[in-house]
This record gives sequence, structure tokens and C-alpha cells, in this order.
Amino acid sequence: MVMKGFILSFRSEFFKSRKTLGFWAAILLPLLICLLLFIGFYTKSEGMASMPPMMLWLRFAGAILSVMGSLLLPMFVIFIAYSVNSIEHKADTWKSLFSLPISRLSVYAAKYFYALFLVFLCLTLFVLFTIGFGNLLSLVKPELRFDNYHMEDTLAKLYFKLFLSSLGILSIQFLLSLFWSDFLKPMGIGFVATIIGVITASKGWEYCYLYPYSHPILALKLLPHNTNKGETPQIVIDLFTKDILVGITISVLVFISGYFIVLKKSIK
Amino acid sequence: MVIRTEGLSFNFGNQQVVKSLNLQVPEGSIYGFLGPNGAGKTTTIKLLLNLLQTQHGSIHIFEQELQKNRISILSQVGALIEQPAIYQHLSGRENLLNRALLLQVPAKRVDEMLNLVHLSNAANKKAGQYSLGMKQRLGIALALLTDPKLLILDEPTNGLDPNGIIEVRELLLKLVSEHGKTVFISSHLLAEVERMATHVGIIDGGQLLFQGSITELEALSQPLIRIEVDNTVDAANLLKRKNYPVADVTDEYVYVPYTSKIQIGDINALLIQNGYVVFSIGKQQKDLEKLFLSITQNA
Repeated sequence: MVMKGFILSFRSEFFKSRKTLGFWAAILLPLLICLLLFIGFYTKSEGMASMPPMMLWLRFAGAILSVMGSLLLPMFVIFIAYSVNSIEHKADTWKSLFSLPISRLSVYAAKYFYALFLVFLCLTLFVLFTIGFGNLLSLVKPELRFDNYHMEDTLAKLYFKLFLSSLGILSIQFLLSLFWSDFLKPMGIGFVATIIGVITASKGWEYCYLYPYSHPILALKLLPHNTNKGETPQIVIDLFTKDILVGITISVLVFISGYFIVLKKSIK
Repeated sequence: MVIRTEGLSFNFGNQQVVKSLNLQVPEGSIYGFLGPNGAGKTTTIKLLLNLLQTQHGSIHIFEQELQKNRISILSQVGALIEQPAIYQHLSGRENLLNRALLLQVPAKRVDEMLNLVHLSNAANKKAGQYSLGMKQRLGIALALLTDPKLLILDEPTNGLDPNGIIEVRELLLKLVSEHGKTVFISSHLLAEVERMATHVGIIDGGQLLFQGSITELEALSQPLIRIEVDNTVDAANLLKRKNYPVADVTDEYVYVPYTSKIQIGDINALLIQNGYVVFSIGKQQKDLEKLFLSITQNA
């Protein structure tokens, strides 16, 4: 009963949002950024021709990743959390949504998981476009030897870790956007919280693993390099660090408490 | 009873907006839920749909307790609350398709509904560009999509032009007479409900002031004989001595409850025989609008 309602509600979320910026942002954002980077590398390829393939990939993927953790991912998550909820705020449809013969849990969970899905989709596309455009570069500019190194696995893991690191922010922002119909409050709070997260993480504050808005930056920090002489350097990613575990715990707790608030909430 | 509430009360903070309501909505009725703006109509409707949590009292719909049977009850209820809830960036058809998807209604029902509310020609237009009346009609189509047994409509003719009002009225009458539905419709305009309602509840300040069939409501407004006479006070005394109950005396008129035509003739003859000049005499029906006003204003 709850599961069926969840699936129906999830499909309805897609149906409703497929013509909104919220949905298209998840596709266009990675496409545009990777395309711009592609153009940049294509036009400024001279200095990079001598680089080893691994360094090329690190520069290419790193250009995105460097802004991803500090700004791009938190802001995108804040925007997605807002956009899935604002569909109902704008149309004044909460009351009709909650007077349908579908359990409140299904409606609430479907919306939450749809937001989660959009973040996942966006990050997956970042991986695919990074790999795709990288390989395309080696085709159109054969002096850039992107094809001699493979980091699909590493990138996928890294982005999956980024996805996990966004869970804490997403759950908090989702709840804020559920209750406030305007854009400025959740956006403002999220922005300030992100700035604080960036500052505390970059200052190396010892407790910032407890603070969700620091998690995306932490997820990209401390990539341990295996630098034994003679071996090819390797990037090892530890998926479940303590900041990620804290993020998952926070998201579960906020999701559950959010449900009880929705249950008790009277619809205006 | 399709809807039955007992001692239903609701507070927003310290303010009690619904006071010990005992609604009785029989099956197959069009129940006009009347009251001025701010009387507690929308709050009551939100309670009936479980959008607001019941604080005191109980609600039974289809003789089932609402909280415990929320989903099974709501699956047989279609609702339109305040201004219709419509996704502006989707077309009219897409709004209906989305609801059909959620409630597993076959897509062909969507076109039937569009036809029913005369929106087929505008079906692919964005709902944001609809006029208020079109939005209202789309809202009604959304409420009717699942073919519910009970329709709860909050001010459904708001913003409709006279033709639209007539169409909605005819649609509701048809739904009740041909399809055996029950309609619970709120309004602040008596005239709008008067022509279709079989039952009426009048609410003001959160209290139910009257509830009953429309004939019971009409019976409340007893017809009077209005007599225009030169000396109203003396004439009233004369009538009293002759055992006519006088309802009211003003400077110009004397009012006596109407029983029959013959009685008008008798009173006329009596007054003339006693030397009064009768300028006019006749039956007067207090209309429902005045009654509605007098009920809500005396509260």
C-alpha cells in the first residue's frame, strides 16, 4: 500500500517536474560545465601536450571537482531541495496532495527520494560527461593522450562519495523548503551554512565532520596517494569515512523527524 | 448519513474557529453549507478531509471514523478546496493526467472529464493561462476524476460567470439525480445554493445556527399579512381583541401571520367596519436571503 503509493507518487514527481528548470538543471549543469571545459582544453592544448595522461585527467576532472565540493554541489542540492517543494507551494497543491487516498508517508518519501534521485542523476552525468569529453579530446586532439589512462573507476567512486556527502545537506534543506514557500529563506540559510562549512573545513576544524555543510569538501580532501617509487601512482578512495557516516545518520534522522512533522502538520 | 460530525471543534491558537459542530449530511443530498466569509466553512472542510487534525469531537464519513479509515474514505471523496490547486506550468490535460497517474484512473477518463467541463478545446493550453472560471472548471474535473461517491466543494462557483454558475449547478444536480452522488457544497451566497440544495447548514462564528432540509428552512420564514392602515396602533389593538395574533406593528404597517386568503378578507372587513382606512393589504413572503441574513446577524 505504502510502496505502491510511493511508486505512483515518484512517477508523478517526474511527470510534474519534467518541464521545470529543477529537472533540467540536473542535466544541463553537468553538460554545460563539461562542454565549457572541453572547449577550454581544446583551445589551450599547447602546454598540455607533454603531460602524462594521468595528470591530464587529474587536471580535467579536477577543474570541476575543485569547485564541486565547496560551492557547486551544496548550491545545487539547495536548489533541488527548493525546486521539488516549490512546485507544490506555487500551485498551492499541498492540500490536494494530502487529501488524496495515498498515505502521507508515500507522498513525503516520494518527494524526498525524487530530490535524491535528481542529485544522483546530476552527479552521474558529471562522471559520464567528464569521461566522454575526455575521450573526445583525445580523438580531436591526438596530442592530448587522454586515452592512455583510465580513471572511470576512480571518478565513479569519487562522485559516489560526493553524492553520499550531500545527504546531510539535502535532508536539512528539504525540510526547510517544505516549510517555507519562499526561495530566500532556505537559500539564504543554506548559503550562509555552506560558507561556514567551507571556512571550517579549510581551517581544518577538528569537529567539522559533524557539520553537514562541510561534508562535500571533506569528501574531496585527503586523497591518499600511493607513491611507491617505480609504481604507477594510484588514488585510493575510502568511501565510508566518519564524515560520510555522520551525513548518512543525519539524513536518516532528519528524514524520520520530517515525516512526523508532516504527519502532525495541519495544511494551511 | 454520509457525513456525520459530533461536537467537532477546532482552535487556531486561542481562537476557536469551529464550535461543537454536529453536521448531518444524508446520502443523495446536495448539502449547502452556508455562512459569511470567515465563518469557519473552509476550516470545517479541511477537517472533513483530514487536512487539519481533529482536536475535539468526531468525524464519520460513510459511517466510518475518519482518522482510522483515512485512505479508504478519501478514495471515495473528490474535493475542491478554495481556489483550485492546479500546476500552472502544465496544461489542463497534463494536470488531469498527473492526477490520473497518481490515482490509477484510465487515461480515457481524462478526456471524458475535459468534455464534461467544456475544456476540450483548451486542454493543451497551459493552465497558468486559464481564466479563473476555466481553472475552477478544471478543479471540478479533478475532483470528479475518480468518480467519487461524495463531492466536497468549497465555493466552487467563485469567479464563474452566470453561465458558468448555471452549468455547475446543472452538473451537480445531474450527478445527484442520475449517479446517486452526495454533494457537500459551501458558499457565502444563499441564492447560489438555494436553487439546488436539498439540505442546508448555516454556520456563523464557527457555530451551526440552522441545519435541516430546504423546506424546513422555508417553513421558518412564515408568510405574513401586511396591512397598511391609517392608525396602526389602534388597529393592532382591535385585531388583538378579535383574537388575531399580531406579529409586529410599525408606524405604517401591522403584520399578522398568514393562514388563508379568506382571513385577509375577514381582517379587511373588520377594519373597515370599525372605521379604519385600509390603504393596502396583502400576503408577504419573507425571502430566504433576508432569512439567511437575519439568522447570521442575530447570532
